[in-house]
Amino acid sequence: MSVTSVEKDVDNLTLTLLADFDAPPARVWQLWADPRQLERWWGPPTHPATVEQHDLTPDGKVTYYMTGPEGEKYHGWWQVNAVNPPSSLEFNDGFADQNGTPIDDMPNSTVQMQLTEHKGGTQMNLRSTFATREQMEKLVSMNMVEGLQEAVGQMDALLAD
Amino acid sequence: MVVDELTDEAVDNLFHALADATRRDILRRSVQGEPSVSQLAGAYPMSFAAVQKHVAVLERAGLISKKRRGREQLVRTDRQAVHRAQQALDRLEAAWRGRVDRMSDLLTQVPDPREDKPTKGQDR
Repeated sequence: MSVTSVEKDVDNLTLTLLADFDAPPARVWQLWADPRQLERWWGPPTHPATVEQHDLTPDGKVTYYMTGPEGEKYHGWWQVNAVNPPSSLEFNDGFADQNGTPIDDMPNSTVQMQLTEHKGGTQMNLRSTFATREQMEKLVSMNMVEGLQEAVGQMDALLAD
Repeated sequence: MVVDELTDEAVDNLFHALADATRRDILRRSVQGEPSVSQLAGAYPMSFAAVQKHVAVLERAGLISKKRRGREQLVRTDRQAVHRAQQALDRLEAAWRGRVDRMSDLLTQVPDPREDKPTKGQDR
């Protein structure tokens, strides 16, 4: 079972997603609360995450980095706003520099996550909101640059064969 | 990728613009801030005119635009705001769909890894 509904609100820069899991809320909560489990799903397969600090308490911090195919590291952080095991979690998610220090003018989003019992399993309600339109636009431009760069890199590789 | 919305000529311009390491670096800096052309010129071991040429190539490809502030020319990435919002949310959706899939897989693969720990005193 997985994603059952997705809503995208362009005006409020918000993504709302519902997902169903075949496990009780306490078990799904572990995917967030156990750093070793978190790092197995947070990053995409090409950029696996390594969680360094993991403190899911109010004002607590989670720090992590994702490692790309070339060994490049992208550091990120969560700042926990509210936590209520095993049913809800709210945090800000942002980028950090190589030392793990948050970069203020880099895109930052708020994630609100709720777990409820649903049909013998768990429904996860996830809302992610970009902090500002400006930051969101920066993220898109960056992705665009990375995407095109990747394409150019692949072309280079083809030409070199 | 946004390439499919463009004409052949625009795609040529785009790839030409991105096929150069200096221009990719200029683009990256323009995404992260609004550097002036003279600031950019200071960042590379080449003449002001050479940097200006690189900026012009990026501008022709529609990747950046120039804005005048006083005596300075600022370089910034320029695309339509609503389109960007849609794109950002599409990417976010793709990222979360991937995450949810991996979460589901984990739940089936490992019923509860905590039970595997010897400290729990279980015979395994």
